[in-house]
Amino acid sequence: MSSDAKEHAEPNYWGVWLALLVLTIIELAVAKAPVPKAFMVFSLCALALAKAALVAAYFMHLKFEKYALILIVLSPLLLSAILYIGLVPDAITHLHWIAP
Amino acid sequence: MAHAAAMSHPQEAYENPLTPGWGKLMMWIFLCSDAMSFVGLLAAYGAVRLGSSDWPIPSTRLDVPLTALNTFILICSSVTMVKALSAIRRGDRKGLVLWLLGTIAGGSAFLGIQAFEWTHQIVVEGLSIKTSLFGATFFILTGFHGCHVLSGVIYLSCIAIRGARGGYTAEQNSPVEIAGLYWHFVDLIWILVFTFVYLIS
Repeated sequence: MSSDAKEHAEPNYWGVWLALLVLTIIELAVAKAPVPKAFMVFSLCALALAKAALVAAYFMHLKFEKYALILIVLSPLLLSAILYIGLVPDAITHLHWIAP
Repeated sequence: MAHAAAMSHPQEAYENPLTPGWGKLMMWIFLCSDAMSFVGLLAAYGAVRLGSSDWPIPSTRLDVPLTALNTFILICSSVTMVKALSAIRRGDRKGLVLWLLGTIAGGSAFLGIQAFEWTHQIVVEGLSIKTSLFGATFFILTGFHGCHVLSGVIYLSCIAIRGARGGYTAEQNSPVEIAGLYWHFVDLIWILVFTFVYLIS
């Protein structure tokens, strides 16, 4: 696989680190801000996924791998999305059925 | 052209399963299956939390600033890991060992802070895996991830010891890259756990 990976210059790892740090600070600010709950949940999920994508793309070098490997690695995301979508109706229709 | 090249060098068409390329692919496949374990746990967490009538606000029960610091430490340890790989790819063995030691220190600090938080939750707050679904999901998710961090620290220690003995060179360093994939995955998962368990209220 090493030989299959695209030749590329070393990414700016400190730049990625700084981006992750800034996104984390924004996350903490959003979590404390008096914003509507739906907005907060959506924003925090989007920020977390953006951070995860940065780690996978640059630290795990996925951005520079062969297209086939990227497809193999991303396929579980589709399966997990199906799992979550499948669970949402059940969780919502049974709201407040579980003790804390 | 590629087909013609493969025909003229048949050994290149069938890669040896023991070559570094296969090791990296196997780690990716393991990480995909491991990711599905976390997806299952997070899905269960979401379903249980949505179904609960009065789920506690995490920031009132958990130490968010301390855990944010822990998140920062883990992100820093990912940078030291990629720097370790860069060092050995330049043939810098000393740099490899030093950056790996930094990564191991980051992982150990993460585990220490998590152990402190668990102790506080169990001893002071009286939270346990039995007291509530909040406690059960908290300890299962952070505990499962913590086991991964502990495994990573042991894994990287083995790599560092071999690196210190001169086991890797600028040409032969794929075990370092493969260990790095595991470590970054642990970081990636924590980013999600931190958001879902600690931040969303």
